[in-house]
Amino acid sequence: MSGIGELWPPIRLTLLLASITTILLLIVGTPIAWWLARSQARWKEAVAAVVALPLVLPPTVLGFYLLLALGPNGPGGWVARLFGGRSLAFTFEGLIFGSVLYSMPFVVQPIRNAFEAFGERPLEVAATLRARPFDMFWSVAVPLARPGFLTGAVLGFAHTVGEFGVVLMIGGNIPGRTKVLSIAIYDYVAALQWTQAHVLAGGMLFFSFVVILSVMLLEKRMARKA
Amino acid sequence: MRFTAVLLAVFACGVSCTSREDAVNVAVAANFIEPAKEVAELFQQTNRRRVLPSFGSTGQLLTQITQDAPFDIFLAADQESPQKAIAAGFAEQDSLFTYAVGRVVLFSGSLDLSAGAEVLRNGKFEKIAIANPSIAPYGAAAVQVMKSLGLYEQLNPKFVQGNDIAQTFQFVETGNAEIGFVALSQVLGKGPKSIWIVPENLYSPIRQDAVLLKKAASKEAARAFLAFLKSPSAIKIIEKYGYQTVP
Repeated sequence: MSGIGELWPPIRLTLLLASITTILLLIVGTPIAWWLARSQARWKEAVAAVVALPLVLPPTVLGFYLLLALGPNGPGGWVARLFGGRSLAFTFEGLIFGSVLYSMPFVVQPIRNAFEAFGERPLEVAATLRARPFDMFWSVAVPLARPGFLTGAVLGFAHTVGEFGVVLMIGGNIPGRTKVLSIAIYDYVAALQWTQAHVLAGGMLFFSFVVILSVMLLEKRMARKA
Repeated sequence: MRFTAVLLAVFACGVSCTSREDAVNVAVAANFIEPAKEVAELFQQTNRRRVLPSFGSTGQLLTQITQDAPFDIFLAADQESPQKAIAAGFAEQDSLFTYAVGRVVLFSGSLDLSAGAEVLRNGKFEKIAIANPSIAPYGAAAVQVMKSLGLYEQLNPKFVQGNDIAQTFQFVETGNAEIGFVALSQVLGKGPKSIWIVPENLYSPIRQDAVLLKKAASKEAARAFLAFLKSPSAIKIIEKYGYQTVP
């Protein structure tokens, strides 16, 4: 019915969404991971649990609340009005927001683990050398936690590429703006256009395999180095 | 070990202890959710056989049927999909009939639709919700309406698509889209200003066909439910929801 050329926009959109989400998650997730790794607060595991919620929750739960939150009667509508819109649902920005929440645990957890793995010692040494806290974080902790950042970034990216339920509920299937890869596949299958579905689904299968394999190999190499 | 045994027992029960086998499993197009529930309820009271409806877009249900989904009956929102099921060898030709003729309406939670098509022409809204036209007949009808009005190109950038007509309705109901094309059956009881019943000359009638699926060919209860759909008491319910029926 339709050519292979129409397969490109959803792929492009998905890659864009995953890239932006990953960058935002590294920016937002790193301080959270740092705090979770270092803090002595007794309620920090409660925060950790909140961050981890998307691992357990059905995407429909997140999608449902997001739809209400992004809508004209929620905070999302309020934000949208600042820019002359009325709802953040059905927008690319809305998808980014949803993806950041949805993929957060996949980025925060590996980084937190990495921060915890090197223990107190390197930071104490840095402190005796009169390193400032920020300097300590930037020149000691971050380089030491590099494997965690790498794993987190790869997993966050891959998980966003694989997102479906949340996007289905808040996306509105707009070509070029919210019609991502997983939605396009779903549509092709339902419309019995299986050639297109095969191309995209086969590509996803290959991509996912490569991602998981490279994370495993990477971790092995890092472990050997350490 | 004990845990695994218990888990296995639960699983085995989950598969065989339910009465799925005896119940009539019906694949129902999303526009027909409410009437289907009511008809099923009435059928259960009189026949003591359970009806288990599953809802989705017509295209989605057809895909499942062609993959041997455990349905006995297909209540589509068009005529093409049951035909395709028959052609693919999954449905019984002789059981085919039109159980309802649906109407498309324009629906809004915030705009006054008394002016009808003018509201579409003025386009004073950001988003208009339609069901995905490639898999939902009501979405295809919505596209037809806009094309008849010569507004399709103009409105196209404002489309948001629901996966089926139920999700489309929900987009408008939650206010995320100001306006949308849905099924008449979904907006019964809404204020007259919030709906515009689209004139029938703007789209071809949405004839919704029912068909018995091959795997239920010898299932008495399934045939009984199909027959019940044609009964006066079922027709009363169907018409109550704004559908027409063909004699």
